[in-house]
Amino acid sequence: MSDVEVDTQSLAVFINGTAARLAEPRIAAALVQCGVPLTAKHVAVAVNDTVVPRAMWPSTTLLDGDRIEIITAVAGG
Amino acid sequence: MADSANGLSDPFSLGGETFGSRLLLGTAGYPNRGTMLAALAESQTEMVTLAVRRVALKSEGESLPSLLSGRYRLLPNTAGCFTVRDAVLTAQLAREALETPWIKLELIGDRETLYPDIVQLVSAAEQLVREGFIVLPYCTDDPVSCQRLADVGCAAVMPLAAMIGSGRGILNPSALAHLCERSPVPVIVDAGIGTASHATLAMELGASAVLANTAVARADHPIRMAAALRDGVRAGRAARLAGRIPERDFADPSSPEIGMIGS
Repeated sequence: MSDVEVDTQSLAVFINGTAARLAEPRIAAALVQCGVPLTAKHVAVAVNDTVVPRAMWPSTTLLDGDRIEIITAVAGG
Repeated sequence: MADSANGLSDPFSLGGETFGSRLLLGTAGYPNRGTMLAALAESQTEMVTLAVRRVALKSEGESLPSLLSGRYRLLPNTAGCFTVRDAVLTAQLAREALETPWIKLELIGDRETLYPDIVQLVSAAEQLVREGFIVLPYCTDDPVSCQRLADVGCAAVMPLAAMIGSGRGILNPSALAHLCERSPVPVIVDAGIGTASHATLAMELGASAVLANTAVARADHPIRMAAALRDGVRAGRAARLAGRIPERDFADPSSPEIGMIGS
């Protein structure tokens, strides 16, 4: 079925706790889904509970089922 | 105004750095961002706390850390974390996002009281210190817990004066005074400060600094309260350095007792 074929070409991941599909296995693609520009300052990313430093974003390949956390700093006490 | 009894002549050393202000402020709960910025400026604080959260799709314009990072040292927290794993990962993400090894470590053990979970707190602190963090743990005011936290390398301890957001002030002043006497690391009173006199008392009892948030953010006039806490911390610190008189059970006349007319 063609629908299934389309799905197999995308990646099923969790972004900030919500199931999502990524067309490319890249952190940049996950950021786009969250509306975060790649150049945004004060943003950090963890994949499966491990921080991925910004310098390693381009070379990181995401896998099916990865849990991606994208955070920033907000008002707090 | 010359900073004779405070400020530069009485620097506050923490985590290898020196601060002129002994007041730390949170950034949450203000009526609006403008009021928050004005209150922070009025307080003359040099270090402000932030939380770490998942990015939201809605943008509020310029990001808060961008607004604050040039003016204040940013102290991210692990507020809301209930496990070592979450607290450590939050600290690691904060370090990456804000490029700072400083972390206000909160590990909550109870949703109702927001009391710290000391067993997990010590474990998380130990791990973070090993990873090079400057760890400031939100903790209880008992000397045993604080000693454990100092033993694993925390840069300070941050005992609660009263429950977070309660505004009830120093509920156990004798415990705080005792802790300040014994603690090998600076004591920063965190949580429970409601008004200026609470901050003053904390400093009089020997605290090195005070952290407040709700007291300022939710005051009728946050900017005025920021000024009041600034002055309250200074007054308390000045009184501490001045060395207060001992309390007495009976009167001690201050005027001369000899040379009275009719004697």
